Amino acid sequence: MKIFRITIALVLLSATIKGTAQQTPAGVQKEAFSIEGAVAHLGNGEVIENSLIMFEGGKISFVGDAKTRIARKGTIIKADGKHLYPGFIVTCASLGLIEVDAVRASNDKDEIGELIPHVRSLIAYNAESKVVESMRPNGVLLGQISPKGGTISGTSSVMQFDAWNWEDAVIKADDGIHLTWPNSFKLGPFSQGQGRRYQPNENYAKEKEKIISFLKNALAYGKSAVSEINPAYAATQGLFNGAQKLYVYADGEKEIMDAIVKTKDLGVKKVVLVGGYQAYKITEFLKEHDISVLVRAPHNLPSSDDDDYDLPYKLPKILLDSGLLVAMQNASAKNFQNRNLPFYAGQLVQQGLSKEKALQMITQNPAKILGIDQEYGTLEVGKSATLFISEGDALDMRTNQLSRAFIDGRDISLETHQTELWRRYMEKYNGK
Amino acid sequence: MRIPFYVLVTLFYGLSLSAQDYFPINDGVKAENNNFTAFINAKIHITPTKVLEKGTLLIQKGKVIETGKNVQLPKNTVLIDLNGKSIYPSFIDIYSDFGVAKPKPATSGGRSAQYGPSREGYYWNDHIMPENDAISKFNYDRKKAKELREAGFGVVNTHIQDGIARGNGALISLNDIGSDSDRVLADKSAQYFSLTKSVAKRQAYPTSLMGALALLRQMYFDADWYAQGNVTTKDLSLEALNTNKSLVQIIEAKDKDNILRVDKIGDMFNINYTILAGGNEFESVAEIKATNANLIVPINFPDPYDVSDPYLANHVSLEDMRYWNQAPTNPKVLAENNITFGLTLHGQKSTSAFRKNLLKAIAYGLSKTEALEALTTAPAQILGKSNLIGSLQSGSQANFLITSGDIFEEETVLYENWVQGQKHIIKDKELIDIRGNYNLAAGEKVYQLSITGDFDQPKAEVKEGEDKLTSKIEYDDNWLSISFNSKSGDQVFRLSGMATSSSDILKGKLLLPNGTETTFKATKTSAYAEKEKDKSSEKPKVVPITFPNIGYGYSQKPKQESVLFKNATVWTSEDEGILEHTDVLVKNGKIAKIGVDLKPSGATIVDATGKHLTAGIIDEHTHIAALSINESGQNSSAEVKMEDVVDPKHIGIYRDLAGGVTSAQLLHGSANPIGGRSAILKLKWGANADGMIYDNSPKFIKFALGENVKQSNWNSYSRFPQTRMGVEQTFINYFQRAKAYDIKKKSGQPYRFDEEMETLAEIINGERFISCHSYVQSEINMLMKVAEKFNFKINTFTHILEGYKVADKMAEHGVGASTFSDWWAYKFEVNDAIPYNAAIMQSQGITVAINSDDAEMSRRLNQEAAKTVKYGGMTELEAWKMVTINPAKLLHIDDRVGSIKEGKDADLVLWNNNPLSVYAKVEKTMIEGAVYFDLEKDQQQREAIKREKSLLINLMLKEKDKGGPTQEPKKKIQEELHCDSL
Repeated sequence: MKIFRITIALVLLSATIKGTAQQTPAGVQKEAFSIEGAVAHLGNGEVIENSLIMFEGGKISFVGDAKTRIARKGTIIKADGKHLYPGFIVTCASLGLIEVDAVRASNDKDEIGELIPHVRSLIAYNAESKVVESMRPNGVLLGQISPKGGTISGTSSVMQFDAWNWEDAVIKADDGIHLTWPNSFKLGPFSQGQGRRYQPNENYAKEKEKIISFLKNALAYGKSAVSEINPAYAATQGLFNGAQKLYVYADGEKEIMDAIVKTKDLGVKKVVLVGGYQAYKITEFLKEHDISVLVRAPHNLPSSDDDDYDLPYKLPKILLDSGLLVAMQNASAKNFQNRNLPFYAGQLVQQGLSKEKALQMITQNPAKILGIDQEYGTLEVGKSATLFISEGDALDMRTNQLSRAFIDGRDISLETHQTELWRRYMEKYNGK
Repeated sequence: MRIPFYVLVTLFYGLSLSAQDYFPINDGVKAENNNFTAFINAKIHITPTKVLEKGTLLIQKGKVIETGKNVQLPKNTVLIDLNGKSIYPSFIDIYSDFGVAKPKPATSGGRSAQYGPSREGYYWNDHIMPENDAISKFNYDRKKAKELREAGFGVVNTHIQDGIARGNGALISLNDIGSDSDRVLADKSAQYFSLTKSVAKRQAYPTSLMGALALLRQMYFDADWYAQGNVTTKDLSLEALNTNKSLVQIIEAKDKDNILRVDKIGDMFNINYTILAGGNEFESVAEIKATNANLIVPINFPDPYDVSDPYLANHVSLEDMRYWNQAPTNPKVLAENNITFGLTLHGQKSTSAFRKNLLKAIAYGLSKTEALEALTTAPAQILGKSNLIGSLQSGSQANFLITSGDIFEEETVLYENWVQGQKHIIKDKELIDIRGNYNLAAGEKVYQLSITGDFDQPKAEVKEGEDKLTSKIEYDDNWLSISFNSKSGDQVFRLSGMATSSSDILKGKLLLPNGTETTFKATKTSAYAEKEKDKSSEKPKVVPITFPNIGYGYSQKPKQESVLFKNATVWTSEDEGILEHTDVLVKNGKIAKIGVDLKPSGATIVDATGKHLTAGIIDEHTHIAALSINESGQNSSAEVKMEDVVDPKHIGIYRDLAGGVTSAQLLHGSANPIGGRSAILKLKWGANADGMIYDNSPKFIKFALGENVKQSNWNSYSRFPQTRMGVEQTFINYFQRAKAYDIKKKSGQPYRFDEEMETLAEIINGERFISCHSYVQSEINMLMKVAEKFNFKINTFTHILEGYKVADKMAEHGVGASTFSDWWAYKFEVNDAIPYNAAIMQSQGITVAINSDDAEMSRRLNQEAAKTVKYGGMTELEAWKMVTINPAKLLHIDDRVGSIKEGKDADLVLWNNNPLSVYAKVEKTMIEGAVYFDLEKDQQQREAIKREKSLLINLMLKEKDKGGPTQEPKKKIQEELHCDSL
């Protein structure tokens, strides 16, 4: 009865409120654009103060100084004093897999099962999600969409955020498999008087063994002339030939080392560390093993009372300064938070990182880690014209004000469900 | 039929020794024993401070007749010569559950909570059980009694340890030989309370500490009302509570802050509770002393953590390490401060661990006299039974211990524990100590025999030359038997003999392997030398406490300073706006002067060139620093107070300071339409809870609407309301009742004092303000209409995510708004939440604040305020007000804080950059002129934490090396509480 009522309510709601579907996706780029005069942040650490950027057919055709004597193509956008950025890239997000956290019916991010690499975010991705749409006005135009929960949660894909459907949205299908490494210290059972406490995990070795055994079997499965049906093993083969990356979620020093040594020993070609709360203690180890890191975004609390209050703020910078390839994720936060990605980068500048390096953490670096850097992440000739113009510094809340944005050269809408409501009610009050 | 052994024993002893003279007997003839027993030549501790050398203790019929040097012994006296041994009064534990079965936990009752009581004729809340009577559940437990006597105890005060009001206790002698008619010294010895619900009952209320406190208060109000004869129906609980009012009132607090909490209730109702402490009282002993309460103190000191694995050790907090290190000083600190306390076995892992911990407390500075007081005279005095127990004065119960010497020395042996004049042997004091090294002549050969170990359970080693032979020893009642194998192992020699005190020679019968019976003789060659104990009597190393006593606590509470900020960019949050190159002078905790080129007049100068000075940030909606958030046992909980559950040790306070937050409203959660009363705090890190709560604090209460109060997002289907329609009716009903209550109260008629109704009446009378958790426009509108119906205004809508849809109506009503910057999509009801909300509401003339409801966001509210510039185009000036003067206005504290204005509290933050910039960092945070956060000091704190942890880890490793017990590393859950935390 209750469910029935909710269903009716949902139907009524969608029927009565207009414009609840996403903004109409932009069509393919037909005419060229030339953006002139902006401070162009290329995403690779370089800045062109007074720039000229041109793109046609979805690709960037010119990157240079506005003083360059060259014919401007197509529509000219005057952007003097404004800032130009490559589209920002989120990682490990479940955008489009869940719409409203508290509404179970809208949740497609966590399938049952512990070791399920065969479940794929790709086909569940809701290109018309209102939460996805809300990323764009902040400059977040691309993202890795990953399943959540369990030990091996499933396989992620990289999507762009202005699309009719998932096929239309996908940039890189099935790019990686997401593995949550067990903790050697974890929340124990409830005890009278003490409540619940974290304590050594007696099953740590067993839990590790399960993962190791799974990967060993998957590897063996791939070497045989496969006849039996085993979707999980079959879905894992990309890890051994380097076609897919293994995203390992681990935060403790010990867990990180365990995870990396074990998975590499088992023949996994490319391992990316996700989380890495204590990674700053073992940067040499990570470099030795050529590990890139998707570090927890700074807008989080320290894990222990005695930790530096600003450890989360400075952690990405410490890892970057040590010479690692680092980008950020906020996988444990609610979906909508992903639009704050630029401000995560801004927070690193507060900690003393240069603005351009901070910017790399949400453009070039994630593109490299996700393996889409041939096309995305920087403003370079020949790459996708996925970029936006901001009125000011896009890493600061006050000045992150987008006027135009393009994905693959397509002139996308920066309106959302939220801006529509804003206008509608301001009209109501102004009309009084 | 089998009769249990203990029944037989009881029958036997009961009839032969303890029969009352009016009891008929049919198994023999009646006989009396009026003989005296005298213990002579003993060191007698009559009281902890009155000690006799070579004294005499004379007892008769279970009582002390006389203690002294020259006691006239009647002719019919049995003499016991103790020959240098010591006598102590036996110990008393007044917090025991001896002989009272623990109630069985209630089985889960399915998916819905039980809101009503399960009993009839009693109080409305099942956890209030003052009618419980320990004696009615009492069964003398011989096994436990033996264990307790072995630990030195002679009397315990037992009670049913279950529920919030637990009924009365019984004072029991641990006399195995007598019957209950002897043992029960008092059957109504004290009335017991706690802050913990009954495990046997399922009634939901109270779900929280603050609910338990409120319930206790209301119980007392109701008991008064009942006592005045205003209730026509029967309430057996309140009757029992009133009947037992004159007894000693004992309450379980189990924590230093809880002691202060229950003491406040005691003060309200003129009850001087005796309080069960927690062991951490040393952290705030001055406040504990000020309660004037007698304490019952557990000494269950923690074992050191096993920190040998550095990865695991890493998880143990400095707070927990320190507690291990400092806890054994607790009894000493209490004694130093002249706090009367008794020690208890409560909380000990085992009775036998008590002695070890007692000796530890002494090693950490508790004097032996104080220790003995805490075990004898103090508990007797607390119970008002000093004439009966706790000493060996004439007329006292003959409860005493016979020991080999000083009872607080490790090697001392406790021989006997006499209870009510009945001897209970623990170790045979007549047993001759045969330990030592001997030459054993047995058969043809001479062996080396060495006897070691405990004198009553010795170990033997037999050697032939250098070869150790397999051997076994038994020694009991001065009879010794040893068997050992020949070198080859195939032959067994057996010998047995009797030890005599006068000789160093053991002699007796020897059975040779071939069956021949002959004799043996063992001649002592050297005495037994106890292993040299680790008497490295160096004092235990104890690290100093800090305020609060966790990492980042300060060794001294921050003090007010005179400070002159020179040449700052000053964000006034006033009409003056932002002032460049301006000085601000702080004196006596206030902003003394704002201007240019101010004279320091003795103030410390802080060069603020290029820096920004702002008023401290105020978070209208926080849940940090709280021990509980929701009292979800009822749909209205106006009776509970967040002020009761402020946790001054929460690290969130320090982190907020590092983010420039100086004040915050600690709100009740959103589980109920009518929540609890707020605590408005200044984040004075190091102060206690009361020190953080605003003086003359404006009165606030949390209300809530929507999915949380409807319990939409968890499995709960039995509580009204389940819809927004029901929410309205809940409010109307409560306000109607509150109005009727208030009218009756003001009419001068007698009325039943009801804390919940009092609180709601305050709202109607405009004395208390509502901050209401709200999401969708319909409910926002509804609550304003309900308020208007009762002629008051809603003060603040908090969250208020659809406020923009009814901003005109809100402005008309005159309500303020405290909202998130950009949160949405987490619940169905926030589908239409938009980040432009703050700007739209502000444009319609509403006072708007940005709040956190989240420990992480709270510490960078400056950035959240900056988002209003992005979303909706607020000016920087207006944006900054949203986290300073606007929340101050909403909280009615804008006359004290929220802006930089002469005369206001010097709650200031120094930033290295424009405070709205994501690049800005706090350098200094000041409250009332005292610096509570400072970047440089923070660096020093980090180093100090590292050093202290390393010191404590080394101390713990040493303990482990010594072979002592350890506990595995643990870490508390770092609770991140939100509105819907239950």
